[in-house]
Amino acid sequence: MNIIVCIKQVPDTTEVKINPETGTLIREGVPSIVNPFDMYAIEEGLRLKEQFGGKVTVVSMGPPQAKEALKEAVAMGADEAVLLSDRAFAGSDTWATAYTLSQAIRKLGQFDVILCGKQAIDGDTGQVGPGIARQLGITQLTYVFKILKLDPQSRALVVERLLEEGREVVEAQLPALLTVVKDINQPRYPTFLGIRRATKLDIPVWGAADLPETDAGKLGLKGSPTQVVKVFSPPKREGTVVLIQAETVDEAAAALADRLLAEKVI
Amino acid sequence: MALLEINREECIGCGACVDVCPFGALKLIDDIATVNDQCTACGACLDVCPVEALKLPERPQAKEEGLEAYQGVWTWVEQFQGQASSISWEMLGQGRKLADQRKTTLTACLLGHQVEPIAKEAIFYGADRVFWVDDPTLAVYRTQPYANALVSLVRQYKPEIFLLGASSRGRDLAGSVATELYTGLTADCTGLEIDQQSNLLRQTRPAFGGNIMATIICPNYRPQMSTVRHRVFEMPTADKSRQGQIVAVSASMNEGQIASKVLEFITEQGEVNLADAKIIVSGGRGVGGQDGFGPIRELADVLGGAVGSSRAAVDAGWIPYAHQVGQTGRTVRPDLYIACGISGAVQHLAGMGTAKVIVAINKDPEAPIFTMANYGIVGDLFQIVPALTAQFRKKLHK
Repeated sequence: MNIIVCIKQVPDTTEVKINPETGTLIREGVPSIVNPFDMYAIEEGLRLKEQFGGKVTVVSMGPPQAKEALKEAVAMGADEAVLLSDRAFAGSDTWATAYTLSQAIRKLGQFDVILCGKQAIDGDTGQVGPGIARQLGITQLTYVFKILKLDPQSRALVVERLLEEGREVVEAQLPALLTVVKDINQPRYPTFLGIRRATKLDIPVWGAADLPETDAGKLGLKGSPTQVVKVFSPPKREGTVVLIQAETVDEAAAALADRLLAEKVI
Repeated sequence: MALLEINREECIGCGACVDVCPFGALKLIDDIATVNDQCTACGACLDVCPVEALKLPERPQAKEEGLEAYQGVWTWVEQFQGQASSISWEMLGQGRKLADQRKTTLTACLLGHQVEPIAKEAIFYGADRVFWVDDPTLAVYRTQPYANALVSLVRQYKPEIFLLGASSRGRDLAGSVATELYTGLTADCTGLEIDQQSNLLRQTRPAFGGNIMATIICPNYRPQMSTVRHRVFEMPTADKSRQGQIVAVSASMNEGQIASKVLEFITEQGEVNLADAKIIVSGGRGVGGQDGFGPIRELADVLGGAVGSSRAAVDAGWIPYAHQVGQTGRTVRPDLYIACGISGAVQHLAGMGTAKVIVAINKDPEAPIFTMANYGIVGDLFQIVPALTAQFRKKLHK
């Protein structure tokens, strides 16, 4: 089974601090990590490989240092990795990103399953997965939190998806693209051997010229329909906390209940 | 890969661009601005440079002539088991305002099977026209038949703006439709307005775990597509006297062409949808175990709210992931959020920081949740939460 996992290197947004004077992000010294949702995608890919055999290839688009993210996936057990990095890709929005990744996946050849995280924690869009599926003309199954059945012979696949109202059980055919949520598994740690392999592995870097039949007009800034025109700090919550204090717990609870009823939020 | 060009001759090393860069991509080296790979070409620095030493490459021109052929505001009406979701009406409310500003019409797209009453409701909530695609293949949401039906409607009728809810289905659908149409899609918008000069849709959304807001436009491609967060825009009032046109449209696929099948839908009894919830009572590490959610659930029941949780409680296996609020869970926007035994890590705050009223109940007076909260009680949640439940039971006569 050929499994492709698309990953993104992101700044650890939980380490991002805001400069109180300018209201902008301080990213100095903020570590880069593999997007947490993509860790679940890598793990699920490795589990499929362990069950059915085959190969896991990780693909990422980003600056040269995104190689580190790919190496982490290799250290966990991925077989191959490809980095898409080129000035021509810079400024890509989700449309151009999905296009570029699908062109790379086409070049990789035959595949059975593509796995992505449900969204990246920096952009938070969740659009690239569906974009790749549409570009490649394959079934998309988003927000997957359990693969219930996968039969390589009949190529049938049954998954459970996590939606607002509950869980949906869907049957589809391979090849398919799955985006996964956190609950699907517990990502493993890299192994010693894996780390050694990752250190030695020479990860190929593909640029625009390496992607066959690619329309340069659909890449990077030029190929991106959306444009960011303004970036600003979110409005802060106003006021400070009103601490409710009273002699007894019941009095405090009564005082809080009255306040909340007065707020007309109940 | 940074696209920003810095004219080293012009740069006076004032550092204004460094201060304003939201991504920390600029630095002064030897008194000259330099850019690194963190640059996202957002352009925040261009306006502040006093000597115009910064430049971004020219944007491409329109992909096709005749953008003005695209007219009207559209929304997608999401329905599940014959019920329209509230976000569909919130979008019609906002869509109505945008359509009035653009002096154009508002169209709702309703896909499903035997859901005609919803088409009438869409008109009551502000639609001038409803495209109603009724087909057994559309009874339950599936990406392929839904996306193809919308793509063919867009190609035929050319809307200028198309809004979808940022629900799981909405995000699944919008990503597929925008890719096929080759147009811009902005996810999870919390602000939508028409620019007075250019008439473009200005779409504002949070990014970086809510740390920054970005305003995005789509100047050269149509339709301008957005997904819209739950409970951001006001719910309009239904006007049963409103008249509109219901246009029946046939589906674009037959069952044999559709590659997936929904076998089952599992809902847990008594669970309230977090995204739609007006009131959420959440428990964190402080609840101490699975049983600790008992009092949380009782309070939620009395208030008619949903039960949420922090990541810590989910990771400990005390409550299913579906309840998780925060960066790796759900983003919620209730009127009232009661955080019990939740310290308030940044990841959690990112998921509930826009709630109207936040209440914190925590033993630790130093817990960061108190910096976000409107009201707080410092103390043992196992005493306070049941007392609060009893008070509400009394005051709400339940």
